[in-house]
Amino acid sequence: MKRYSVFAVAREALRHHTGWERAWRSPAPKRRYDVVIVGAGGHGLATAYYLGKNFGITNVAVIEKGWLGGGNTGRNTTIIRSNYLQDASAAIYEKARSLYETMSQDLNYNVMFSPRGVMMLAQTQHEVRGYKRTAHANLLQGVATEFISPARVKELVPIIHLEGPRYPVLGALWQPRGGTARHDAVAWGYARACSAMGMDIIQQCEVTGVRTENGQVRGVETTKGAIDCAKLGIVVAGHSSVLAQMAGFRLPIESLALQALVSEPIKPCMDVVVMANTVHGYMSQSDKGEMVIGGGTDGFNNYTQRGSFHHIEETVRALIETFPMISRLKMLRQWGGIVDMTGDRSPILSKTPLEGCFVNCGWGTGGFKAIPGSGWAMAELMATGASPLAAEFSLSRFREGRFIDESVAAGVAH
Amino acid sequence: MLILECPYCGVKADETELSAGGEAHLKRFGPGADDESFEGYLFARENPKGVHFERWRHSYGCGKWFHAARNTATLEVYGTYPAQVSVPPKDILKTISAAVPGWRWRDLG
Repeated sequence: MKRYSVFAVAREALRHHTGWERAWRSPAPKRRYDVVIVGAGGHGLATAYYLGKNFGITNVAVIEKGWLGGGNTGRNTTIIRSNYLQDASAAIYEKARSLYETMSQDLNYNVMFSPRGVMMLAQTQHEVRGYKRTAHANLLQGVATEFISPARVKELVPIIHLEGPRYPVLGALWQPRGGTARHDAVAWGYARACSAMGMDIIQQCEVTGVRTENGQVRGVETTKGAIDCAKLGIVVAGHSSVLAQMAGFRLPIESLALQALVSEPIKPCMDVVVMANTVHGYMSQSDKGEMVIGGGTDGFNNYTQRGSFHHIEETVRALIETFPMISRLKMLRQWGGIVDMTGDRSPILSKTPLEGCFVNCGWGTGGFKAIPGSGWAMAELMATGASPLAAEFSLSRFREGRFIDESVAAGVAH
Repeated sequence: MLILECPYCGVKADETELSAGGEAHLKRFGPGADDESFEGYLFARENPKGVHFERWRHSYGCGKWFHAARNTATLEVYGTYPAQVSVPPKDILKTISAAVPGWRWRDLG
């Protein structure tokens, strides 16, 4: 792998850009790997990357049904934050956020991490109390957040309308070190680094079955032939239940559509990320100037990657009250992704009833921010059999009643 | 926009008038059941890419619960039927078999 640098740019400029090489190889699958990861989204690629970087396991294949980063990694609103209430969540999301800070240098790939600050508006008395509690919890967890006044909110976001009347802004939970990153670049950067370590990234290769022997995983059947492996990682977000069924177990997961949309590009007007959980809307401005808007999930099981119009309408209607200036904006694009929702709205990083098979799923509506932390913990779990960051997120928590109840904590699907 | 016909009042209601109630035909386990059954009943869910049976409520209409047979991969609706049954009616199963040969849902199909 040739390193990207200012010298590489200068060199290529002088020879008409003929020397750039492909960022990752696209080999045919080998017959056997030590580890097969299903799903070349951010979480799958990060898992492979940290298997190689932290544990020296590089005989790895990452197989992908569609194209790399084409699922939820390419469909989210790129928000990165770690202001969670529960200790287990704060630990893994804060690990992820801190890894984002150095990711561009680590991967030698510009992921455009922009720690512009994330603000979660408190628009009811209930939220004021909730977010003050979260700020206190974050203080104990070592996550830098504070509860700020409406005046401070207005200072940071001049385009906001504080007075309501339905949902006045009563304050906000402010995480100055949260922000956004270029979502595609995260997948591409990990893919390039994995490929450089000798891992195979195999796109357009759908898993059609899981081969087992005496309760132990042996490999996968794919549209490009059978591939043997000693360990299998299922990291497929919305399709986790489908893969789990192939592997012979069930998951506490339901797949729902989540939509997002962007406006036409406008001049810079808001340099922080604002989330309004009471009305299920969040907004930030991309580097291109588009307002990036996300809302809540649809209400019923769906695998079609498209959602219902009325959810978009609800989100936009609510945001217009808080941001009156967006009322005249034209929306350019709308899309949907299939998110994997667990009962307690927290992820699952776990061994499974099938020996040698691991799952990383259930990130629901909040997976992008977790990618590096999730990969870090999943790699440790797969390499050593246990990971402190993943321990609380095991499948057994449902049977044992150890929920990590962020849906209650946040009062919203996050 | 998903549209389901309420089997009680006959209204073709769009999803803004309805509430989704999750997986249909759950077998309930209470105190005294073993841990695995109880966990399965409370948390594990059928989440198929394809034919699915669900409970719905006509919240902003007659208010009654009913069942729907749907396809989560195509958003096709195969039919709706009353809540007071533990298996889907035969005519709906026939419609599904014609549309999706070889379908499976739990022990149906």
